[in-house]
Order: sequence, then structure tokens, then C-alpha cells
Amino acid sequence: MPTDRGTPVLRARGLVKRFPGVRALAGVDLDLHPGRVHALVGENGAGKSTLIKVLTGVHGRDGGELELDGRPAGFATPAEAQRAGLATIYQEVDLLPLLSVARNLFLGREPRWFGLIDFPRMHREAAEALGEYGVHVDVRRPLGDLSMGARQMVALARAVSARARVVIMDEPTSSLEPREVHTLFEVIGRLRGRGIAVVYVSHRLDELYEVCDDVTVLRDGHAVHSGPLAGLERLRLIALMLGRDMSEVAREGATTFAGAHDVAGGAPALTAEALTARHRLRGVSLDIRPGEVVGLGGLLGSGRTETARAVAGDLALEEGRVAVAGLPVRGRGTAAAIRAGISLLPEDRKHEGIVPGLSVRENIALAAMPRLSRFGLVSERRVDRVVSTFMERLRIKATGPSQKVEELSGGNQQKVLLARWLALNPAVLLLDEPTRGIDVGAKAEVQRLVDELAEDGLGVLLISSDLEELVEGADRVVVLKDGAVVGELSGASVTEDALVDAIARGEASPVVRDRSDGGAGAAPEEEVER
Amino acid sequence: MSAASVMARVDRDRARSWLQDYGVYVGVAAIVLFNVVFTPGFVSLENFRVQAVQAAPIVVVALGMALVIATGGIDLSVGAVMALSAAFVSLYLGYGPLVSVLVALLVGAVAGAVNGTIVAVAGVQAIIVTLAMMIAGRGLALVLVPQLEGIRNPALREFGSGSVAGVPYVVWVAALMVALVLFLVRRTLFGRRLVAVGGNRRAAELSGLPVRRTLLLVYTLCGALAAVAGVMTTARLQASDPNSVGLLIELSAITAVVVGGTPLSGGRVRVAGTVAGAILMQLLVATLIKHNLPPSWTQMAQTAVIIAAVYVARERGRS
Ligand SMILES: Nc1ncnc2c1ncn2[C@@H]1O[C@H](COP(=O)(O)OP(=O)(O)OP(=O)(O)O)[C@@H](O)[C@H]1O
Ligand SMILES: [Mg+2]
Repeated sequence: MPTDRGTPVLRARGLVKRFPGVRALAGVDLDLHPGRVHALVGENGAGKSTLIKVLTGVHGRDGGELELDGRPAGFATPAEAQRAGLATIYQEVDLLPLLSVARNLFLGREPRWFGLIDFPRMHREAAEALGEYGVHVDVRRPLGDLSMGARQMVALARAVSARARVVIMDEPTSSLEPREVHTLFEVIGRLRGRGIAVVYVSHRLDELYEVCDDVTVLRDGHAVHSGPLAGLERLRLIALMLGRDMSEVAREGATTFAGAHDVAGGAPALTAEALTARHRLRGVSLDIRPGEVVGLGGLLGSGRTETARAVAGDLALEEGRVAVAGLPVRGRGTAAAIRAGISLLPEDRKHEGIVPGLSVRENIALAAMPRLSRFGLVSERRVDRVVSTFMERLRIKATGPSQKVEELSGGNQQKVLLARWLALNPAVLLLDEPTRGIDVGAKAEVQRLVDELAEDGLGVLLISSDLEELVEGADRVVVLKDGAVVGELSGASVTEDALVDAIARGEASPVVRDRSDGGAGAAPEEEVER
Repeated sequence: MSAASVMARVDRDRARSWLQDYGVYVGVAAIVLFNVVFTPGFVSLENFRVQAVQAAPIVVVALGMALVIATGGIDLSVGAVMALSAAFVSLYLGYGPLVSVLVALLVGAVAGAVNGTIVAVAGVQAIIVTLAMMIAGRGLALVLVPQLEGIRNPALREFGSGSVAGVPYVVWVAALMVALVLFLVRRTLFGRRLVAVGGNRRAAELSGLPVRRTLLLVYTLCGALAAVAGVMTTARLQASDPNSVGLLIELSAITAVVVGGTPLSGGRVRVAGTVAGAILMQLLVATLIKHNLPPSWTQMAQTAVIIAAVYVARERGRS
């Protein structure tokens, strides 16, 4: 146990939380001290989010004690916890995409002027508040226009009020760019300086070591370790999370990508030519050969997600052609792309992926359903077979195929989505942030899977804000800026440094092939994120 | 708040979700029990038959409504479509009962398809589209058949009041519709699609589901089912009365669906619950009438039930 540091702000003893079929928390202790950043780590489904939800009154608890400033406490609703000084950003950011950024920020506590919302003041204050978090956007625009990262910052700014004593962040960086992560760390530094206790959940170990003071490791609902982070070896931390030997862990590296793939010759698995969409894409061309993993590099708003969406038929194009194995995709829309063998794992798990209320089984089978049916009738037997294959292959942790998908931990939901797209047996797989929110073990599995799929001759497009993942996983990286290709790295020149350089300068240092349309260099520097 | 009340919340959540799924059956049981004890003549074969016949159109309309609500929409025009189909039965009766019934069903389907097209393609909110159809539909019915018109046709009369194997024809038809909708929901691609569209439209789109076609089909089906109910009512009343056929049935149908455990936000459909909900609505009305309470009480009671149901459903899916 940590050395005596006075009374913790928040102290939990023996917290228990049961869900039908699982014990998500089996007696967890947690001490949060003022001015210290406390890491909460563990595999997908270990109970991190549940612990946070029990602390903040989202879930009731089935046992255990909670103390705030040494006095017994307990919150019946998240609002009550918020009033008591617990500011929380939950894993699934839940803001209202159609309302303006400023409205989202001030929802429920808008500045009033004779009973009406004082819009000028609200907009001014919103812009100021967000500026502190490095977000410079027009606060009158709908929140939905913002990147995931910027939305995360809005959620953070919203949660952290002046009265906050404890700030809890459940995987805040999973959709952030390196630059934004940096801003976030500055914010955390300031919070710590103000004597606020911070809880930080992340699967990215580098970040933990950079920003956290203490750590609690959860495994299957138990707190298996708690103490200062400094001096705790990285390998030992992983071993604690996975419940395995250190030597065993040491044998597997950081990422499990196997390195270069045997890229087959012949027709490319995917050819995209001159993809053009107003304000978003300006003539993006790329091809992926069978067995090749092509990475897409670039900042937020550079057009990576849009490129993937365009290829998958989800973005109306003014111009551009997409072909799979040399055959043009016939028709428009996502259904046509899927028929042609293109699968897209979208980046926004909650809004674009998960169908809440449906079971794990129905979610996995969603896209493949037409193939598992005949004459409009679903073959339950075939669905069961596909579902159980993928649940096993991706090791999805659920009480069974009929469990509701919302009840799964974040990482396992991500695996369900991956299963949905793999069940289509695609020729081209577009992965937009595939390891977002996935734990070290599962991340390795996904990366291994990507390798395997490539070996089977699949063409893979990989988008990731984790540069290490991009460099290790991709055979080639195409760099985008302002909706146009500005460079490409391949072979030995795919290194993290070269990539950072290429992204920052908007051109690849060793330009192998420059396919920019000439307009990219002249494009104005745009600070506003899309 | 004390720790005890925090723990009580867990049980409350579970109770709420149980209530949403099975509350309707408890409600039906309670109202039956009440009537058995307090309503003279309730326990008789004849009364059961009457209740079943009167519940049949509500059941049929509620089935269509359940499908629409599962996609996250709503259909306020079902009553007007009933009136419209009743009008067409009387207009085309000259061509024989079969033709007039088929025309009436077709008209219902077309009205539904119009709703569906505007909702799916133009993206206008369902509540507005179907409100317009509710007004226009009944208006058109009144233009076509300005006042109550008696219908004298032996075949239709037999359908409205005859029975086979002791069970009225209309109840057979309602049962058939229940079976059909159950089949659609449980076994077909269409059934999977409609809940997916209601649960997360964007995810459905990205998964290549024909979202618009699914919506169009759902509203068309809802219109056709309303027309079936219209034909049932016309045959039973032996008259086509555009002023009263299907009046306020949308309230009963929506209540039946919500009480039956289908959330108004969509993404889920409970067929058996909907049927039980419709029966509950019928029994509620019958009980109030039997005990000599004015009809306005019925509407108030229905409103109370729907508010209770929406309240129970409220908290789910949030935690
Ligand atoms: N509402 C719920 N109903 C039933 N089971 C649930 C519910 N919420 C969580 N669980 C289960 O509790 C366990 C812990 O889940 P939790 O979300 O806390 O994991 P986590 O550590 O946050 O994982 P991740 O890193 O993937 O976000 C999992 O087995 C999960 O399936
Ligand atoms: Mg979590």
C-alpha cells in the first residue's frame, strides 16, 4: 500500500458490483489523493469503467464503502456526484452532436439574461474555456462537425468546473492526436497543480508513465496491485494486467506486427482514383495490393477518415473511381461497396457501429445477414456458426452471444464490430482506428489478426493516430493533408521520425512518389480542425 | 443520499426493466381479476367473444404501429386510414365484396407508402408526415362518403359477425396477422433490418442495409394493417361511417405498443407484448363502460397508462 499521504479525497473500500452473469467488481479498494494522478489499468472487461460508474453514481453498488474527505458518501445519480465535486468524462462521450459546441459546453447551466440564454456571453465564454484546452473552433457550429478529439476536449471542459475536486477520465486519449494528447497532459498538469485528484484510464502505457503518479491494476474485478507508478517496471505492469509471468510477456514485443508482408503482384486489391468531394477530398488516389497493409498518415481533418468513407461508398463523390481487384464497384452507396468486397470499420464506435439493444450475436451478423439468408429468411444455424467462430477467434468476452452489446466493456464492443466486418469475408478491409480502446493483450491479437488477414491476400488500409502502430503495421504509409495526398513513405523509410516529419511539413522527407495535385502546397495553413 | 438508497437503486433498475417487459401481462391479469370479481356477467362465453371481436381491430392496428415504432418512427394516420378503407369498401361494393375489400386494402397500403416515402426519402419527421396524413385521409374519406352509409352484403355481414369453430372470423384474421408479424420479426431479414434501423440508423447504413426501402415497407405494412382493421370494423358495423371509424385508435395503438415493452425510441419490438397491450386497452375501455363511466374517462385512463409506460421505459438504456 502507498505510504501515508494524509486523508484521501476519495476512498473506496471493498466495492462490489454484480451484473447478471458477471461480477464486474469483487471488492475493490481505491484511494485518491489531492494533487496526484492515479492510473487505472487492466484488460478489456477488467472493470475499470464499472468502477468509475459505481464511484460516480451511474450504477448502484452491491457492497462496499465510499468516503469523501473521510466522511461516508454515496451518490445516487451522476448529477449528485458532480455537485459533490467529482467531474467525470465517461468512456463513451455522450454529448449532443446536433447542438452547437457552446450549447453542449453549457448544457443545463447556460448564462441567462432575463431568463433567456445570453448567447453572446455563452459564445464568448465557450471560446475562452475551449481555448485553454487547445481547441480553437467556431463554437456556434454543431458539435458533430468536430473531430472526435475535439469533442473529447469539449467533454473535458464541460466536466471540469471550478468546484471539481476529483477529475475522472475514462480513456480520454483513445481518439486523440499526439498533439492533442500533449495539450491534455498540460491540462492534467494544471489540475494536479490545483490539488485536484485525477483518475486516468488508458491502455497506452507510455502515457501512463508520462503523466501518472500512482497506479491500481484491475483484473477480473479485483484490484491486484496498488501503489506508486515510478519504479514499477513496464513489463511487470503488463504481467500484472494479464496475470501472466514477466518472462512470458518479455518474449512478445510491444507491437506484434510481424513486419513486412509478402505483397502479391497482379491487379491491386483496391484502386481508388481521384476521389474528390467538396471541401473534404481533393483528388486522392491510392492503391492497395493483395497482402499489403497501407497506412494513412496525417493530422485530424487531413482527410483520412473521409478517404476511407469515400472508398466504402459512404461519402458522395463529385469525381473518382473505386475498383476492387480491377473490377469497378458497380452502383453507389455502402451496399454496393460491401458487395464488391469492401469493409469499413468506422472510427466512432458508439454512433456508427454499435446497435444498442441488440445482442452481441445480432450485432456481429448485421452486415453479413443477407449472405446468411435465403429468400429473405434468416438461417439461424448459419448465423450461429459465424457468430461463434468470430467470438472465439477474437476472444470476445461476453456471457454469451445473446448478451446485449451495450453491456460489454468498450474494448469488447470494438471486437464485436471487427467481427461484423470480418464476417463479410472482405477483399479489402479499411480500418479506422481499429485498436481504439483495446487493451494490450487484445491489441496484440488485433494486430496479429491484421497480419494474418494480409497474409491471406487481403488488402488492408490502416488509419491510426498511434504512430507506432502505423509504422509497425504498414508496409507503406500514404500521407494526407487538407484532403490531398502529399507524400508517401515505403520500405525502410517508414519510420516514426520520418512520419512525424512528413505529417508536420505536409510532405514526405524522402518523397518516393509525389502525387499531390499541385494545389496542396499552396493550401493555406488551417488551424481549425475539422 | 445514504448508502442504503444507493443500493436500493440497483433493485429499482431491475424492477423497472422487468416491469417494462412483463408489466403488461400483470396489467391484463389484474384487470381480468377485477372484472371477474366486480363485473356481473363478465365470465361468460358470450362476453369473451364480444371482447375478442372488439379487441381484434386494435390488435391489428397496434401490430403495424409496433413495427413503425421499432424503426424509431410513429404513425398517427392509422385511424384515418381505417376510415379511408371503410369508405372504399362502400364505394366499390358494387363490384362484389372481394373486389371492394381488396381495393380497400390497396388504398391503405398506398396511404402507408406515401407516409413511408416522405419519411424515408425526404427525411421529414414521421410525426409531422403522418399527422398530415391523418387530417388529409379522414378528409378524403368524408368527401368520398359524406355520411354514415349502411352496407347490406351477406358475405361482409358473415365476415363481421359469423364464426367458425366457435371463434369469430375477425378474431381469426387478427390471429393470422399476429402470426404474420411474428414471422416477419423473428425469421426474416426485413425483421432484423427494421430493429437495426431503429437502434442505430447510421450503423445500419454503414452496414449496407437498405434503410429507405425498409422504412418504406414498414409504413406500407402499417397502412395495410390499418386497412384490414378498417374492413373488420365496417363488416362488424354493417356500415361505413368516416366520421367515427378508427377515431382515436392511434392513441390505443400507441399505448398498446409502449405498454407492451417496445420503446418509443425504437430499436426493439415486442409482438406478444403488443397484443397483450391491445387486449389491455380493450378491457380498460370495456370495464369503464360497464361501470357507467363517461367515455372521456376512457381517454383519460388511456393517457394515464401511456404516461406510466413511458415513465417506466424512460430510465432504461441510459445507465
Ligand atoms: N450494464 C452492464 N450489464 C451487464 N454487464 C456489464 C454491464 N456493464 C459492464 N458489464 C460487464 O462488466 C465487466 C467489466 O466491464 P467494464 O466496462 O468495467 O470493463 P473495462 O475495464 O472498462 O474494459 P475496457 O477497457 O474494454 O473499457 C465486463 O465483463 C462487462 O461485460
Ligand atoms: Mg471501459
